[in-house]
Amino acid sequence: MDAVYLDHAATTPMVPEAVDAMTALLTATGNASSLHGPGRAARRVVEESRERIAAVLGCSPVEVVLTSGGTEADNLALKGLFWRRRAEDPRRTRLLVSAVEHHAVLDPALWLAEHEGAELELLPVDTDGRLLLEALEVAVARDPGSVALVSVMAANNEVGTRQPVHEVVATAHAHGVPVHVDAVQAVGHLEVDLAEWGADAVALTAHKLGGPYGVGALVLGRGLDPEPLLHGGGQERDVRSGTLDPPAVAAFAAALDVAVRRRDRLAGDLARLRERLVDGVRGLVPDVIVNGPVDAADRLPHIAHLSFPGCEGDSLLMLLDAHGVACSTGSACSAGVPQASHVLLAMGRDEATARSSLRFSLGHTTTDADVDRLLSVLGPVVERARAAGGLTAAGRARA
Amino acid sequence: MNGLESGRLRVVAAMSGGVDSAVAAARAKDAGHDVTGVHLALSRNPRSYRSGARGCCTIEDANDARRAADVIGIPFYVWDLSDRFHEDVVEDFLDEYAAGRTPNPCLRCNERIKFAAVLDRARALGFDAVVTGHYARLEPGAPGEVPALHRATDQAKDQSYVLGVLTADQLAGALLPLGDTPKDEVRREAAARGLTVAHKPDSHDICFIADGDTGGWLAEKLGDRAPRHDGPIIDAETGEELGRHDGSYRFTVGQRRGLRLGRPAADGRPRFVLDIEPVSGTVTVGSREALSVTTLVADRPRWCGAALGEPLEGTVQLRAHGAEHRARVTVDGDTVRVELRNPASGVAPGQAVVIYDGSRVVGSATIIRAAGAD
Repeated sequence: MDAVYLDHAATTPMVPEAVDAMTALLTATGNASSLHGPGRAARRVVEESRERIAAVLGCSPVEVVLTSGGTEADNLALKGLFWRRRAEDPRRTRLLVSAVEHHAVLDPALWLAEHEGAELELLPVDTDGRLLLEALEVAVARDPGSVALVSVMAANNEVGTRQPVHEVVATAHAHGVPVHVDAVQAVGHLEVDLAEWGADAVALTAHKLGGPYGVGALVLGRGLDPEPLLHGGGQERDVRSGTLDPPAVAAFAAALDVAVRRRDRLAGDLARLRERLVDGVRGLVPDVIVNGPVDAADRLPHIAHLSFPGCEGDSLLMLLDAHGVACSTGSACSAGVPQASHVLLAMGRDEATARSSLRFSLGHTTTDADVDRLLSVLGPVVERARAAGGLTAAGRARA
Repeated sequence: MNGLESGRLRVVAAMSGGVDSAVAAARAKDAGHDVTGVHLALSRNPRSYRSGARGCCTIEDANDARRAADVIGIPFYVWDLSDRFHEDVVEDFLDEYAAGRTPNPCLRCNERIKFAAVLDRARALGFDAVVTGHYARLEPGAPGEVPALHRATDQAKDQSYVLGVLTADQLAGALLPLGDTPKDEVRREAAARGLTVAHKPDSHDICFIADGDTGGWLAEKLGDRAPRHDGPIIDAETGEELGRHDGSYRFTVGQRRGLRLGRPAADGRPRFVLDIEPVSGTVTVGSREALSVTTLVADRPRWCGAALGEPLEGTVQLRAHGAEHRARVTVDGDTVRVELRNPASGVAPGQAVVIYDGSRVVGSATIIRAAGAD
């Protein structure tokens, strides 16, 4: 029996259009930086793909800085813009970052705080995981001249909560502060019109929207020149160096095009499947907690983040895996050790609840049969995990 | 011979990232069991307990375990036992030292983590047993009876001592596939199976003390737990103060090196630590003869099967790689009395005495008192 794959927020299968675009180019030779015919052909593929990406996103091609993926794009935005902004004015040392950011944003921010003298302020969220705008307003207004950068994600990767990007940008820009938006999880699922957002930098990655691994982009306003992370040939606006990867870039563009064109229909399908999944789980496990906003307009359509009181998320994951159902605990791993999710903790959940959670994320290959399969095994799995729950926690009476 | 004959079981293989546990998991799979590999994360932040590659809880070890599971072809997960390990092993270790005793954390880990926290969780999740790479044998009992724990065939690698704390119920949930195989054969088998850890060095010492400097680690961690660190070094015969030390936890009974006494003993012979009194910080030293022990009193017995009823003429072992001593063992309630037929040297309270009848492990107890011939 095929595995039931409910971890599309981790990575989603490549769409056929992307596979075709990629495979068609794998045998072509030519460095996009070379001056001869084969080089120009490779460059043409890259530039046409860049134009396609820009057209879909609502930005200008020159704003698309190709990277190795979302993590590099986020690092380039956080570190590169921090360094640049502080070089322009040494008072700019504050980083205002939402408490529920992905580690690709949080960790460079923490690194800057530890090694570069940045003052990191984590902005609080409400119990649904939504940024408290007044906290941002207060933090910026306190001393706008000292803020290097604001970074807020478009939608959360664990619980799916949408962030008020428009309002964040408006607040920061009113004080002349630039904004970075991590849109890795949002593109392909939410309407993304970068011109309308008005953010200064936006990170995205191909493999979350039906493209290949190892390619992504930082969409970067024209006036912004972050300090590079990678020095070398200066291929991407002198902001990012490294030989360009035409097959991957072409496949990224093809996948993005498909993802955006079919977004409305897919979002509707996934919302329906998610509702079936959540209703079904509620029927089997009445005390399940559904995390994130209730209103569909406030969250990603394809993520169901659920806490199962009395269970350990990693027990649930293992038992479901044994039944051929792939999902995630939704939290990052440090040395393979599951940590309680910083997102759930920021939303005010206690550690036990945070550790009892699973993220089911649906995608373009998900069917009703997948949801049925999950529901057919989940009851006994939760019962088992509950029996085992807490057995490895400290504080149990000694034998 | 190894507990693997009893049909198809669902088992958790505890995989440290070392060669022994990898081969044990592979053998369990070959025997037809449904095996799931589990690496135990014993520290939330691996670097805080240990760096380098000698321990069992570095990132590299977790990766080695994962690669071994890939090669064997079994699912693999990391289980976070860090809270339990900290409380039941690390804290216990510190408490014991603070009280002037010399604990063995490996026994505690087997008793409370591998064959307790892990086994309990495994059973609750629908597994039947835990497989480990310990060198000891489990001989199946008659139907309905628990298997008997025996020394490994390879005497040099025998680890039955650190399993002597396991009860019948714990042994009933254990599989030990390596007990009848010499270590070098296990390495050859690992290489033949294509396991990348075939030539990985053995781990030594205490896994949660990074650099092997137990004294330094204790000095940092003991804190308020030890009422005072410094104290006098007293001559057992004369009662004279020979010098002072800056931490009684740096000493263990039987220790000769590092006493740093300014002057030699009256008889010119080396002196050894005889006793540590943690409250006053007094360390008593004396001759090698004074270390000689013929009687042990121990408590907290744990029996690998039925509790010992009649007095036993058997053998005992007093430390992990220590010698075997012939002994008469008698039990009175929770007190175990051991009369050694050939004396032991340097026995410290807190050490476990593991009791054997031939090669079979009968049980263990924690030494509270040791006495020489009167």
